[in-house]
Amino acid sequence: MSVSNQKADSKKRFVLYLCVTLIGFVAAEVMSFALPNTQGLKLKINPHVADDLAYRVALAGLFLLYLGIGIFSAFRRDRREKFIKRAPFRLAIGLLLLTWDLLASKLDILHLPFFPGPSSVVNVLREEPLYLLLQTGFSIRLFFAGFLSGVVLGVGTGILIGWFARAKYWVMPVLKITGVIPAVAWMPIALSVFHKGFYAGTFLVSMCGWFPIAFMTAQGMANTQKTYFEVAKTLGAKTPYLLFRVALPNALPNIFTGITTANGLAFTMLVVSEMMGAKGGLGYYITLARQVSNYYKIYAAIIIMAVLFSLILKLVNFIRGRVLIWQRGLINE
Amino acid sequence: MSNLLLSIEHVSRTYIDSNDNRVDALADVSLTVDDGEFVSIIGPSGCGKTTLLRLIAGLDTPQSGTLTLSGEPITEPDPNRGYVFQQGSLFPWLTVEKNIASGLKARGVYAEEKHHVAEYIELIGLTGFEKSYPHQISGGMAQRVSIARALINRPAALLLDEPMGALDSFTRADLQDKLLELWSRDRTTMVLVTHDVDEALYLSDRIVIMTPRPGKISEILTIELPRPRQRSEAEFLALRGKILQKLHLASARVEPEYAI
Repeated sequence: MSVSNQKADSKKRFVLYLCVTLIGFVAAEVMSFALPNTQGLKLKINPHVADDLAYRVALAGLFLLYLGIGIFSAFRRDRREKFIKRAPFRLAIGLLLLTWDLLASKLDILHLPFFPGPSSVVNVLREEPLYLLLQTGFSIRLFFAGFLSGVVLGVGTGILIGWFARAKYWVMPVLKITGVIPAVAWMPIALSVFHKGFYAGTFLVSMCGWFPIAFMTAQGMANTQKTYFEVAKTLGAKTPYLLFRVALPNALPNIFTGITTANGLAFTMLVVSEMMGAKGGLGYYITLARQVSNYYKIYAAIIIMAVLFSLILKLVNFIRGRVLIWQRGLINE
Repeated sequence: MSNLLLSIEHVSRTYIDSNDNRVDALADVSLTVDDGEFVSIIGPSGCGKTTLLRLIAGLDTPQSGTLTLSGEPITEPDPNRGYVFQQGSLFPWLTVEKNIASGLKARGVYAEEKHHVAEYIELIGLTGFEKSYPHQISGGMAQRVSIARALINRPAALLLDEPMGALDSFTRADLQDKLLELWSRDRTTMVLVTHDVDEALYLSDRIVIMTPRPGKISEILTIELPRPRQRSEAEFLALRGKILQKLHLASARVEPEYAI
C-alpha cells in the first residue's frame, strides 16, 4: 500500500518538475507574443523591427526537445532523478531568454547595435542559413585538419623523445623552448610562409597540439613500470613490442591529458587565425559582421561556436572513455 | 631418470649501493636443477634469492660464474624461461584473455597458437572472466593469469618470484594446489622463490636454504613426503621446525606451540 503510494508520489513529483522545466520556455514564448518589439524603431539609419518567427520556432523547438527528453525519462527511475535534478537549470534558461527578449527587443533598455534581442540573433539562421553553415563547415575542417595533425605530430615526437635517449637530448630542449611560445606568435610567419590561410591555420592549430601532446606522451612512456618491460622480455618480446605494446599503451592516459589541454588552446587558435588570416570560418564571419556593425551575427556565431566546441569536447571524451576503458574508476565517469 | 636442466656454477653478483658500499648479493653460488623438478629457494630478505632467480631468467647478469639451461648459456631473457612476478605485473590495458595471449604475441606466434588461449583460461579456472580487465579481478586470479601467460609459451622452466606473497592464506593455499596441478600436468620445471616455509614444504621436491651477507646457499634439503601433503601431519611439522631452525628463526619456545 505505502509502496504504491510512494510510487504515485514519485510520479507526481516528476510531472511537477516536467512542468517546471517547460514553464520557462512557455513564458518566453508568451512574452514574445504579448509585447510588440520596439528595439530598432528609433534608429536613424535603417530603422527596423526584428522578425520573431525564427526565435519563436526555436523556443517551440526547445519546448519539444525537453518535453521529448521528459517523456523519454519518465519510465526509468534513474532517468527521472536526472531530469528532476536538471529542471531548475532548464527553467533558468527559459527565464533568461525571456529577460533578454524583454530588456532588448521589447523595452529597448539594451540598445542596438551591441545588444540585439534574441529574435535578431536567431533570425540569422533564416537570413543566411547556407552561408552560416558553410562558415561552420570551414571551421570544422580547419579544426580537424589542424588538431589531428597536431595529435599525430605530438604523439610522434613524444615517442621519439620518450624512447630514444639521443632524440630526447636534442629535441627536448627545442620542445621546451618553442613549447612555451603561444602559437599565435607564429601567425605572421605562418601567413607569409603558407600563403593560403587554410594551411597557415592548420599549421597554427597543430602547433597548439604538438607541444602538450608530445610532452605528455614522452612522460607517459618514461613512467612505464620496469616490471612491464621485464615481463614482456621474459615472454620473448623484442624492441617493437616493448615500444608499441608496452610503453605506448602505458602512455595513453597521459596522451589524453595532453589532448584535453591542447583542445582549449586549439579552439582559441582556430578562432584567432580565422579572424586574422583566413577567408572563411566562424572567426572570419565574426570579423566580417563587425566591419558592418552587425553584432547580432556575432552573437549567432558565438552561440554556434559554443555548441560546436562542446560537441567536439564530448566527442573527445567519448573516445577517451572508450580507449581508456581499462583504467580503474574511469568506467562510470 | 633425472636429466639435468639448469646448471648454476660459482655465480657471484655484487652491487654497489647508493652509499658506494659493496653488497654481495650472491657469493659463489652453485646449484643444479633436474628436468621436471620442483625446487624452492627460501631465505630471509637480503639473502639473494630473487637475485638468483633474475639471473636464471636472464634479467640480470653475474660478475662471475656461468648459468646454463640444457647446456646453453643464459645471456638474456627467453620465453623458454617463464617468469612470474610477485604482483601487479599484468598489463592493465589488456583483458585477461589478451594478457594471456600477450605471451604468444610477444613471440610473434599468436596466429598459429591462439587456440591455446582458451585452453589456458579453462586450465586456470577463469572461464567467464576472459573480457575482464586486471583491476576487475582479485589478486589470486591475477596471479593465475600471470602463470598462464608464462606457461602458454611452454617454457622448459617456470621461475616464480614470491607469486603468492601478497595473497591471503586461503587464496594462497588454493593457488598452491593449482600450481601443483599445472606442474603434474606438464612437468614443467619449477623454481619458486618464497619466504614461506609451509609453502616450500607443501610444494617442493627440494628446498634450497639461503643465508644473507653474503648471499649463499647454506643447505639443500630433499623432501620425500608423498603428495598430496598434509600441512598438519607430524613429519611435515618436524621438517618445518628443522627448516625454521636452519633459518635461525626457530627458538625453543616454538616447539610447544605445535604440540597443542
